Amino acid sequence: MSDPVNDNHAPKPSLWPIGFAIGVACLLVGLVISWIVAAIGAGIAILCGLLWAREVTREVRGEVPEIEPETRVVADVAAPAAEEEELPMYTRSRFLEATTLGLGAAVGAVITLPVLGFMVLPSFTDVEKHDVDLGPIRNFPNGEFVIATFLANPTIGEVSRRTAFVRYNGPDPKGQPSFTILYSRCVHLGCPVQPNGPIDEKAKKQVGDVTLRPVLAQSFGCPCHGGQYNSEGNRTAGPPVRSMDRFEYSIKNGRLILGSVYAVGNVTGNGATATISKYPWSTPGTHVNGIEAWLYPIVPSQVTG
Amino acid sequence: MATTVPRRRKVKPRRQKLVEQAVLAPLDWVDERTAFVKGTKWFLFRHVPRDVSWLQTLGSATLTAFIVQALTGAILAMYYQPSAAIDPQTGKPVAYSSIQSITNDVTLGWLVRGMHRWGASVFIILLFLHMGRVFLFGAYKYPRELTWITGVLLLATGMLMGFTGYLLPWDQTAYWATAVGINLNGTAPFLGPWLAQFLAGGPEIGNYTLAKFYAIHMLLLPGAIFALIGVHIYLVTRLGVTSPPWSKEEAGRDRPPKVPTGRRAGLVRPSGDGDGARPGLVRSGGSGGAS
Repeated sequence: MSDPVNDNHAPKPSLWPIGFAIGVACLLVGLVISWIVAAIGAGIAILCGLLWAREVTREVRGEVPEIEPETRVVADVAAPAAEEEELPMYTRSRFLEATTLGLGAAVGAVITLPVLGFMVLPSFTDVEKHDVDLGPIRNFPNGEFVIATFLANPTIGEVSRRTAFVRYNGPDPKGQPSFTILYSRCVHLGCPVQPNGPIDEKAKKQVGDVTLRPVLAQSFGCPCHGGQYNSEGNRTAGPPVRSMDRFEYSIKNGRLILGSVYAVGNVTGNGATATISKYPWSTPGTHVNGIEAWLYPIVPSQVTG
Repeated sequence: MATTVPRRRKVKPRRQKLVEQAVLAPLDWVDERTAFVKGTKWFLFRHVPRDVSWLQTLGSATLTAFIVQALTGAILAMYYQPSAAIDPQTGKPVAYSSIQSITNDVTLGWLVRGMHRWGASVFIILLFLHMGRVFLFGAYKYPRELTWITGVLLLATGMLMGFTGYLLPWDQTAYWATAVGINLNGTAPFLGPWLAQFLAGGPEIGNYTLAKFYAIHMLLLPGAIFALIGVHIYLVTRLGVTSPPWSKEEAGRDRPPKVPTGRRAGLVRPSGDGDGARPGLVRSGGSGGAS
């Protein structure tokens, strides 16, 4: 080990990282407050970061050495001798080395890429979506929530059991039956949201694989981290970042058919006349509106968890 | 060769010599081919600062905890079945039923599962204590930066072990904790939702998730941890142990000169017991004349 006193392994002290940190903090605050603050923060961070990198790498880059101008006469006698030095040769061993490495890399890629694809792709492909028949709409009393549990994918079994809170709102302004169908998965981190009220177990109904249980609740709460939602699925307390997800639905032959799940930024109004800001489904805990949604530009399209 | 033998050395009884040769001859045979003795001495017989304390043993305690995890885990895998299908006998998922059977039916299963379950917490706690010791002693500084970096990677793989292992009992706590954990990963910017869906392996946390977490827990991560521990320990052996910050010893001082001893000195017999006089590899009968 060399003498630690004479070795200088730490960069010299510098003030630029402090400016860089201030810039990053300013940028993050700006993301919440305003565009201008974020832009200023980004500018400070980039400027101080560059200056920091410049200072740290000064010794590595080194000062440009002053080269003495060449004063040789044109017909230098030493020049022909230098040309007789060994020429750079592309030898057999170097060729073999390159081909071995190249072929090895090619063989490695041919083996690795399909394996990597096999590891990653099945999670995103061949995703089946099933519509679920919740039975005749007369099973859903006006203005009351019914807990519907069903298997989203019967071939997978119980792990695909999902819960929706279904409320019949009466006819909408166009005269069509209107439903509010909230998905029970908490939009904080995906725990099962519970209705804040007693379940009427006596009025339980079974429609095929679907279980319907009326509940006297006009709000919902999550047992994991205390998120609370009102009867429209808007957050009233706790950590959720958007309103509860909802199911698309259609009515065929007087039966309520559940479609896919979509994310909701916010709901204004209620029941049949509610205005829903609708977004493609997104992972629990991710914003779908506002500037934070920019952090999740492309989201795979299936419901996880 | 035998001209400078000290007079005080006792002549060994013949039987002891025979026993020694019986022990040492195979050792020599292996050592001649592998340099195993040299390597062992390089690994174990190191100079250590005079003022080290029990605090410097936290690293080897963590290693011991990991070895316990590896052994109990390998044995648990002989009884555990990672399947979310319903067991027709119990009417409950196979994974859950197999854990129940390990805990309640298999002889001493409760003990080994308990060791693995609580040992996981012990491992993580020791990791953090070890990390705190290294940080507070400044032992991460030059030339040990890479040791620290591999240690951080070990911490990350250790936490991943905890995350993937937590799902395996397949009970309500395991299921929903993993749902929350996967969705936590899902909130990472840009690639988070993709990572979450990759971890879940599909639309639900189900059979694929369980099998994937089991494979990661049983194969991928242990391999990574073994490799990282190898690098970590190599670096510790190569660079030595730091003095504590309050040490009065001057840092970077020269080591005491090496006492010339033989290749096995101190390994089997007390150091300096005649081995130094016999540097040759082959122990012929004639070399016994030194004593």
